Amino acid sequence: MSSRRSRQSSGSSRISDDQIIELVSKLRQLLPEIRDRRPGKVSASKVLQETCNYIRSLHKEVDDLSERLSQLLSTIDEDSAEAAIIRSLIM
Amino acid sequence: MSSSVVSNHPVTNADRSKRKKKKKSLQTKDDPTRNHIKWKSEAQQNIYSSKLIQALNQVTIGSTSSSSSAAAASSSSSVSAPPSAPKRGRAVREAADRALAVAAKGRSRWSRAILTNRLKLKFRKQKRQKVPVPPPASSTSAITGSGRSRKQRFSVLKLKGKSLPTVQRKVRVLGRLVPGCRKQPLPVILEEATDYIAALEMQVRAMTALAELLSVGGGSSSSAAAASPPTS
Repeated sequence: MSSRRSRQSSGSSRISDDQIIELVSKLRQLLPEIRDRRPGKVSASKVLQETCNYIRSLHKEVDDLSERLSQLLSTIDEDSAEAAIIRSLIM
Repeated sequence: MSSSVVSNHPVTNADRSKRKKKKKSLQTKDDPTRNHIKWKSEAQQNIYSSKLIQALNQVTIGSTSSSSSAAAASSSSSVSAPPSAPKRGRAVREAADRALAVAAKGRSRWSRAILTNRLKLKFRKQKRQKVPVPPPASSTSAITGSGRSRKQRFSVLKLKGKSLPTVQRKVRVLGRLVPGCRKQPLPVILEEATDYIAALEMQVRAMTALAELLSVGGGSSSSAAAASPPTS
């Protein structure tokens, strides 16, 4: 009885291989570099590597866009058309 | 007597395992991280955009007030000069990330981490230290490291096994890239990374759209916009 219970609890705390496969394949589908390749051809290590690369590139994009938006916002006058656009969007 | 006990046992066991399973499925349903936000939907992007614009509005109000009134700025900080361009860019970036975390409604670990990091930064700005990101491991060493098993196709053992340092290192690097996932177990990192990537993609779309909108509206800023295209 006690041995069974302990086995059950350890089984529930540890995630199954199938669940990890599912998580990795979900992740793989998000990555433009390897999304279109056949699943069997991509190792888990490659998926991890591409995930890191993709997150870095997205961070870079957000950085660049932040830079650009700050430039755009700094040129806006209170009474300009852009300020009107922003006001209308906030409303 | 004894026969009834024996015959009862398998039934209760089956019942118990059934109940366990039910409980488990319920738990996974209730688990907040499973409750994914549909980052790809247009409605979600609209929600984020409005939050972003509100946040940006506060950033611009803050920057204009500090630059216009140097006396007020000197009382709050030692910097009397108006904020430099990179500093403003970082403020926009922080505002954009905060808005993203708010849009996630604290359902994911990464969004909660962004919001709590923000608080921590407020309290101890000086103690901020950068963690050096190790260079990505080469894929060739991964193959030689697993040469014994000769498995080059997808394998779960590679991920779970502790004998493969390269995969572990990659998991750790990934854990550092996703906010709040440092030192988390692999399934948590994978799940959070999936949600985080979708959120980042949405963030890029929303910010690109906003930048387009603003640069189309005014001809004066078009040169600056052309210098940095939205997609790199």
